[in-house]
Amino acid sequence: MKRKTRMTVTSNRCLTDGIYSMTLQYPEGEAPDAVNPGQFAGIYTGNPAMLLPRPISICEWDPACRTLRFVFRVAGAGTAELAAMKEGSRTDMLGVLGNGYDLSALADRKVLLLGGGIGIPPMVGLAEALHDLPGTEVTAAMGYRDNNLFLTEELTACSRLLIATEDGSVGTSGNVLDAVRENAIEADVVCACGPMPMLRAVAGYAKEKGIPAYISLEERMACGVGACLGCVTRTREVDAHSHVRNARICTEGPVFRAEEVEIG
Amino acid sequence: MSADRNSSEWTNKGALPDMSVEIAGVTLKNPVMTASGTFGSGMEYSEFVDLNHLGAVVTKGVANVPWEGNPTPRVAEVYGGMLNAIGLQNPGIDVFIERDLAFLKQFDTKVIVNVCGHTEEEYLEVVERLADQPVDMLEINVSCPNVKQGAIQFGQDPKCLCDITEKIKRVAGQPVIMKLTPNVTDIAQMARAAEAGGADAISLINTLMGMKIDVEKRKFVLANKTGGLSGPAIKPVAVRMVWQAAQAVRIPVIGMGGIASAEDAVEFMLAGASAVAVGAMNFHDPYLTQKVVDGMEQYLIRHNISTARELTGAVL
Repeated sequence: MKRKTRMTVTSNRCLTDGIYSMTLQYPEGEAPDAVNPGQFAGIYTGNPAMLLPRPISICEWDPACRTLRFVFRVAGAGTAELAAMKEGSRTDMLGVLGNGYDLSALADRKVLLLGGGIGIPPMVGLAEALHDLPGTEVTAAMGYRDNNLFLTEELTACSRLLIATEDGSVGTSGNVLDAVRENAIEADVVCACGPMPMLRAVAGYAKEKGIPAYISLEERMACGVGACLGCVTRTREVDAHSHVRNARICTEGPVFRAEEVEIG
Repeated sequence: MSADRNSSEWTNKGALPDMSVEIAGVTLKNPVMTASGTFGSGMEYSEFVDLNHLGAVVTKGVANVPWEGNPTPRVAEVYGGMLNAIGLQNPGIDVFIERDLAFLKQFDTKVIVNVCGHTEEEYLEVVERLADQPVDMLEINVSCPNVKQGAIQFGQDPKCLCDITEKIKRVAGQPVIMKLTPNVTDIAQMARAAEAGGADAISLINTLMGMKIDVEKRKFVLANKTGGLSGPAIKPVAVRMVWQAAQAVRIPVIGMGGIASAEDAVEFMLAGASAVAVGAMNFHDPYLTQKVVDGMEQYLIRHNISTARELTGAVL
């Protein structure tokens, strides 16, 4: 059930250059939402001039503490307001939104997780969920710009972690697929979140290997709940809901089978 | 305790204001509607709001066949509002009737179907298809700024507007609301043109055409370059236009544009609206329509006004 909830900021800190980690807690006595890895929430800035919630992927969740953790990049005025929120302050959250990854399609497989930049955070929650599934082998290849790494401890704890950096300062010099090739990683299925050029390359890689790829897309959003039709992606076939070749990223996505969508 | 509560409810009952309003012979349980395009066909927001509590649900625009809409990015936030250039993506009238209308008919609320088209024939086809359907009213979109052909072209010239209104009225099975664009020089003239064409009511304002440029990338933010501005930023323009339109015609006016609270809704009523619609701010607060209904009732109680109808045009 989607809802708008008044959350408490229990921690908000800078992880590295421009990357923030914010933990939000549900009100006392309110049951937290069940989360599927890959889902997101809309976080409100509290600035009345900014009416839309910011769609941010859920990095980790802790039902016992009733918290959700978000790791985001300051990309504009809205995310700058989120980064400035003080611990103990309150903020509204619309959630949880989107479909997330289908864990049943990943269980008992060799799963390759690929994250690029601010596409890394949802891969952490996914790696942790897969780590708890017996028989599932998780390799995570994460791409950073430079040695300003983040979330590597969390990923090391639940996966075999490979790092690629654009400037070659850590791990493989290049992108996540360079790291996969350099380490001769073989997988049954790949899950990816990151910038569009990376997702295109991942779709090509999966096709070449003959394995399924699940990719998480982003787009400018307004309502977040499937009503406004702002955040669509082109689909190969006519979409069952829209009856045209557009699917709503906030509702049918953000996770799609790579071959379902036209991202070329 | 519970007996006390019940008895106080009982004694208050007679004092509760009458929230109902009438538009073109259709009685709405309260004046609060949804603005077309901001509420889908109700399904998505029914998770947040009990649709039985709304005066009417106004659907997203529907055409004779499915429309793909514009490329993305389709939306952008701006100060106090947002731009959109969705381009009237819709599944077409067949799917709409079978799925969306069937869904809405489960609720005790009025259903107003927003109709769009590229050409006169396309509008008429949809209106005819809806004539024998369980729909309470039609709202004709002659005001969308985001499609290359049709829509706003019919709404910016008084002769065209009068003409298409007449043609629609001839085939319509329900009362017809013409939805007007603010992107005109003289809104009163357009309101009169719709009335002269036989419109049963008018609704306004649709979005104001706007633009946003990313100065770092030196690129248009919207793929369509221009988009429609909505949200609290446009409310003063909307209130002024509703007032001007209401002065110019005898048919009911439905007011909208940036409503974010019950007080905003009352402001539109005072300016001359017989009903109001909540639009872009549904995206900010998915519970807003219900809050506006409750808040308007509180306003009437606070001001000792017995019917919502009395608010219409009651600016002093």
